Amino acid sequence: MTPLSAMEDLWPALLALPLGAAYLAYLIPSWAKRIGLLSCVLNAVVTLSLASTIHTDGVQLHAVGGWAAPLGIMLRVDGLAAVMLLTTALVTLAAGVYAGSYFSLGGNQNQERGFWPLWLFLLAALNLLFVAADLFNLYVTLELMGIAAVALVAMGGGRTALTAALRYLLVGLIGSLCYLLGVGLIYAMSGSVDLLQPTDALLPGPAFGMALALMSAGLLFKAGLFPFHFWLPPAHANAPAPVSAMLSALVVEAAFYILLRLWFELAPAGTLYTAQYLPGVLGAVAVFWGGWNALRATRLKMMIAYSTVSQLGYLFLAIPLMVKVGLAAWGGAVLLVLAHALAKGAMFLVAGTVLLVAGHDRIADLAGTAKRLPLTMLSFALAGVSLIGLPPSGGFLAKWLLFNAAIYTEQWWAVLVLLLGSLLAAAYIFKVIACAFVQHDSTKRIGADAAAGLEWPAFALALLAILLGFFASAFSELLTIGSPVVGPLLNERSP
Amino acid sequence: MSLSNSLPALILFSSLLPGLLIFLLGERNHRLRTLINLTGATVKLLLVVIMITGVAGGQHYETRLTLLPGMDLVLNADALSVLFVTLSSALWFVTTIYAVGYLEGSPHRSRFFGFFSLCVSATMGIAMAGNMLTFLIFYELLTLVTYPLVVHRGTAESLKAGRTYLTYTMAGGGLLLLGVAWLRAVAGPLDFTETGVLSSRGDLDPAVLSMIFALLIAGLGVKAALVPFHGWLPKAMVAPAPVSALLHAVAVVKAGAFGIVRVVYDVYGIEFTAQLGLLTPLAVVAAFTIIYGSIKALYQDELKKRLAYSTVSQVSYIALGTALFGPTASVGGIVHLVHQGVMKITLFFCAGNLAEAQGIHHIHQMNGIGRRMPLTMTTFTIASLGMIGVPPLAGFFSKWYLGSGGLEAGQDWVIAVLIVSSLLNAGYFLPVLYRVWFLPSDGSWSKRQSGSGCLEIHWTLLLPPVITASLVVGVGLLANAPFSPLEWTRLIVSREYDQ
Repeated sequence: MTPLSAMEDLWPALLALPLGAAYLAYLIPSWAKRIGLLSCVLNAVVTLSLASTIHTDGVQLHAVGGWAAPLGIMLRVDGLAAVMLLTTALVTLAAGVYAGSYFSLGGNQNQERGFWPLWLFLLAALNLLFVAADLFNLYVTLELMGIAAVALVAMGGGRTALTAALRYLLVGLIGSLCYLLGVGLIYAMSGSVDLLQPTDALLPGPAFGMALALMSAGLLFKAGLFPFHFWLPPAHANAPAPVSAMLSALVVEAAFYILLRLWFELAPAGTLYTAQYLPGVLGAVAVFWGGWNALRATRLKMMIAYSTVSQLGYLFLAIPLMVKVGLAAWGGAVLLVLAHALAKGAMFLVAGTVLLVAGHDRIADLAGTAKRLPLTMLSFALAGVSLIGLPPSGGFLAKWLLFNAAIYTEQWWAVLVLLLGSLLAAAYIFKVIACAFVQHDSTKRIGADAAAGLEWPAFALALLAILLGFFASAFSELLTIGSPVVGPLLNERSP
Repeated sequence: MSLSNSLPALILFSSLLPGLLIFLLGERNHRLRTLINLTGATVKLLLVVIMITGVAGGQHYETRLTLLPGMDLVLNADALSVLFVTLSSALWFVTTIYAVGYLEGSPHRSRFFGFFSLCVSATMGIAMAGNMLTFLIFYELLTLVTYPLVVHRGTAESLKAGRTYLTYTMAGGGLLLLGVAWLRAVAGPLDFTETGVLSSRGDLDPAVLSMIFALLIAGLGVKAALVPFHGWLPKAMVAPAPVSALLHAVAVVKAGAFGIVRVVYDVYGIEFTAQLGLLTPLAVVAAFTIIYGSIKALYQDELKKRLAYSTVSQVSYIALGTALFGPTASVGGIVHLVHQGVMKITLFFCAGNLAEAQGIHHIHQMNGIGRRMPLTMTTFTIASLGMIGVPPLAGFFSKWYLGSGGLEAGQDWVIAVLIVSSLLNAGYFLPVLYRVWFLPSDGSWSKRQSGSGCLEIHWTLLLPPVITASLVVGVGLLANAPFSPLEWTRLIVSREYDQ
């Protein structure tokens, strides 16, 4: 497997670009915003060309410094990684543009000074996480990501944000520790932490089971799957809006991404069999628990954060389906990650705008604000459509694939969860949308130019979530490249 | 791109683009807005004429877009979709004129007309959907874009009605989604085919197919207001008159009824549905809804509510005609899509005029109004008589074909249902007509002259009901002329039963 030249040129940029920019932004605070925005744009360009390389040439591997595993560090970009990198690039770009206006309007220059280096650092960690091809590197990136995320949450300021950040830190540490223990066990057993050729020494047995369980438990904490979700709503709801968008759209999904790698690449086929229903059942409970709490939430940001708990449930619900049908459920889950990232990113940005304009985000008192911000409300509605899973949207296609997988394998409980979960989502989304139609007026104005910087990035993300419903074919092609599961995307009984 | 693969998309975009443009226009730009709206409506009508002539000549139109491998968005034009497309675009045109007049000077018109156009686009998508997936997509889209119209006034009452509307339609959408997804998982991507596609699939379990059928009909039944899924319809009457008019005559209830027709004829196939024994239960539900809706209508004093229950009842004629095996009943059911549409939209235009000109919302206030608003009430009278089934108006032909179709299918009880229903129709329309024309007015009518010169109301509010009432007479008198709805329906049915 000789690495192709395109990869040689591109992969350092994924890491070096945001990392270098983070240092520069730290050293020259007055240029931080410009540096940050520029590197978000460049990162998107790099990611796009990398994805198109994958699309034409297949899976790309790279040994850092020319040292191959087991000595050196291997990097790998397959279809799944490419989709995750693209998602990261898109959300970071939109949220970055948003942040540019958010902090200057919020009037807190100190916050902004701290924000950009951490933000770029988080981007670097995410990029590296998605291309890491061994368990230990995944651990390192997981820690980097966690530290950056905690610091960004703490920037929210105030007692609640600090408490949330501290809790987030502790949970993150417990999660990482569990994960690291598991990695240690694997290394002791096989002398390798490579994800690419893992199966030789890893025979299914109690030790391997123990290692996998430890790693999975750690990651479930970080992914915020019910009942390990308790830290998530306060952390996501109290961070500054662009940070919330990034956390909900990418950071928890990154843990899910590693779980996919563990369960379908590291674990020899069949090992998961006995335990496959556990994430599925927890996912089902999460869908309802998150949805129910979102419905009861009185603050917009809290509602959106609980909605994340609920939507993460679908991803884990798909695990037993993936074991049974392969690509149909796999494609559905990854498409859902993408659609959710776009929609949820948009939604948190909307919530931030509302918070800035109205000075509060109490759902019951939103009526007047909604009138002042038609574009923002439209973004909320479009993102909501995708989140509920209504057509035409990326969320709809994702849920359609999951429906197909669940019905084809006759997992009726999953069908029921998908259906009722969507109705629950409709209930809490429309509760907010209805505000836009209430007869009401009176709210303070903010400058039109500044508002554009807040409103358009959210709208762009929301629109992408809808358009994904029409252009998902390209992603579905990308997904199959190097995927560990096989099968058709949609199943039917042949006549 | 030739016309044969772009025409369905063009018809869709002729209302979609104006809708999106209108959102971008400011609230004050009302002249430009009206221009865009009417241009879109006119272009659509012209495109539809091209489509009618093409389809009559056997031309095939299809636009296909692959969403995911094995998952196509298909818009095509067969005889049945042309019927619904024509109805929607014609009535959209008149309703646009009506709405421009009706909403003059009220707030949020840009939002209203934007969603109004999107609503028609969704209906077009439903009409031209070439498979169940496409149908589902536009069916759900219709729910989304009609919600802002239902809650348009923004009062507590209309928001509550909006919640009820969403609860019903979302739940219905869920059932439909489940049915369509299940069908997809057992039978693959099924493009609609005249005479049905499932009949040739001997490998499928009839019990599963029956269950899927029940889910599909229940999901569609919510919008078609089949009892017990009809509760949203009378509540949604808080919407402005043009919305009620279009909702009842074309968009929402017809989407459900049209879906039932599609499922029975073009997915299962009428012969196969009969073999599975699914037609009789559907006929019974439809018959029950017909009687129930009429009885409820008798007790309503609010005019729009009475009309709403009348819709509940009348739309089920379509389901009934579909559920009776035999070409004659099919003609009766399908042609009622059009006939009920033109009649009911006339009635709602009139109800809107009464409310707008005189502030009349209740039937007990209508004494002697015929002398104050003679033209409006003449159109009201024509449409009500049509609903009752007086020959030679539109409703008579639907009932005639349904009745003979019932006899042909050996279901003689249908005649009884039709007679009882017609009596009830007479029971809730004739007293209104009596009040309007023969009772002396008990109050002084508003002196407000909203019309110019001698007209009882502004011409934009008067012309639409006059046009649609002429259609009620026209489609009846010219029932045997080529391209009349009845003749076209015969063409549809001859293709559906063609072995």
